[in-house]
Amino acid sequence: MMDYTATELMACVASRTLEDGRSVLVGTGLPMVAAALAQRLHAPNLLIIFEAGGIGPRIPTIPISVGDSRTFHRAIMAASMDYVMSCAQLGLVDYAFLGAAQIDPYGNLNTTVIGSHDRPRIRLPGSGGGNDAGSLCWRTIILMMQDRRRFVERLDFLTTPGYLTGPGARERAGLPWGTGPYRVITQLGVMDFDEVSKRMRLLSRHPGVTLEDIIENTGFQLIIPEEVPVTEPPREEELRLLREVIDPAGIVIG
Amino acid sequence: MRVLEEGRGELLGWLDPDEARRWMAERKSRSPVDKRMNLREAVERFTHDGDYFALGGFGHIRVSMAAIYEMIRRGRRHMAMAAKTAVHDVDILIASGVVDRVECAYSFGHELRGLSPAGRRAVEGGRVKVVAEISNAGFQWRFKAAAMGLSFLPTRVMLGSDTLRYSSAKVVEDPFSGKPICLLPACYPDFAIIHVHRCDRYGNSQIDGITIEDSDLARAAKRLIITTEEIVDEDLIRMEPERTVIPYYLVDAVCEVPYGSHPGNMPGLYYSDEEHMAEWLKLSRTDEGVKEYLDKYIFSVEDFSQYIELVGGRKKMEYLRRLEMLEEPLRAPWAVRG
Repeated sequence: MMDYTATELMACVASRTLEDGRSVLVGTGLPMVAAALAQRLHAPNLLIIFEAGGIGPRIPTIPISVGDSRTFHRAIMAASMDYVMSCAQLGLVDYAFLGAAQIDPYGNLNTTVIGSHDRPRIRLPGSGGGNDAGSLCWRTIILMMQDRRRFVERLDFLTTPGYLTGPGARERAGLPWGTGPYRVITQLGVMDFDEVSKRMRLLSRHPGVTLEDIIENTGFQLIIPEEVPVTEPPREEELRLLREVIDPAGIVIG
Repeated sequence: MRVLEEGRGELLGWLDPDEARRWMAERKSRSPVDKRMNLREAVERFTHDGDYFALGGFGHIRVSMAAIYEMIRRGRRHMAMAAKTAVHDVDILIASGVVDRVECAYSFGHELRGLSPAGRRAVEGGRVKVVAEISNAGFQWRFKAAAMGLSFLPTRVMLGSDTLRYSSAKVVEDPFSGKPICLLPACYPDFAIIHVHRCDRYGNSQIDGITIEDSDLARAAKRLIITTEEIVDEDLIRMEPERTVIPYYLVDAVCEVPYGSHPGNMPGLYYSDEEHMAEWLKLSRTDEGVKEYLDKYIFSVEDFSQYIELVGGRKKMEYLRRLEMLEEPLRAPWAVRG
């Protein structure tokens, strides 16, 4: 078996989640790597979109920012934030990748503060395009580390809506119909959301990770089905592309 | 329309649409005037202590760092910033004491480089206040509402979130669909500074690549300073009018500042200077380090051209050009682990 890091596994799992012929709004870091990997393997027609205006680039090297010149290198369009966000509001963006400092059982995310808003213990960057992506894109994929400080029953601040308080809550708040969190990918496993309760549910555990590891690192009651398969580890070709082609300097995957 | 919910964030930059129309009618000249001046004069005339402002570009992409340094050198104080994906810009403006209030879409972070030590320290220590939260599209559409001469723009972002509860937006029932909808108040910043690839002496400006929010921001801003990589002849603008993003009648000052976005990225011309960014990120971990940086790069020089010499001059700029053209591999000292 090949050696790989948790970050590489997360990139591979995220990449496999993306279908060919769909559009994805990507953020800085791991999402860019995952989208680039998908494009080189099973999803050559994946349309990559950046919030600052880059649409359909051929990404030459990992961009440092979602607005730098790499995000519209040989793109089909160098547009504006208004154009991209309007497309998302119109229903043209299938997937969005998000990260977070905290997540709750309904997939709501906090990227704003730890502690109180007015005198925070830790000030985080805020919504950025996160709230927009989580509000407007059809399926949100969340990439983050899993432990009890991050997977919490109650967020310190609800920056980006997941399923809010449960079934129907998004639509009652006025958010676009049929949207919401789709997958949560961590260093321990993959989660989705129960169709009825909209609460987070374990979908697979990564190789070498036990159910106890996952339960111990989740600060709320996770739905655990009777059968929990093991995530397929990174394939040789995936690792080669990640290390040699997509991020040779190890800026994202280390 | 029934108001369903109201954010508690401070409402900055809003104007009654008729007041905005009057400002535009009286203060924005439709007569072409040569607006060239040096940056010092532009900053002195069009930026004032206490103003609420926004910067074009995207945090460290096509941002007028030259104008930021000049605001720091002129000792501007108590400014409020529209932190619309603010990265290096807001960090250094907070660290230098220019900005003490922020309306925050994205701030205190350096994208792939990690978090901003100086900005975070200022907020966590109470020196800087986040007076309202918003999202990136939220800011874009606040400017768009202003650019359209409206009081607000309805959108489907921020609904159901604390981002809305701490913003200046309101939620009403959409009279057509009956669904709740978020109204973003128009945002007319006191001034904006936008860095462009080229413009003529009147301010007709071209931007290569993504325009981000700048087409709308240029119309929303009450006063607009354009800094440009080069000033070109008006004929060049007239040969390709479809490339004009900002027309002259929105512009108050035109300042020619080559490499004006350094250490940020200027698409097509030069990539970001990651060695310089790493130096800032390292020094800005302490207040003493911040002082050292500001003394060295801002207060010890008279203008931006002296600064460019100090950071490596033509040799460094040539390296950043090759980096932008993908002729060099990226070296990012902040990415080195251990």
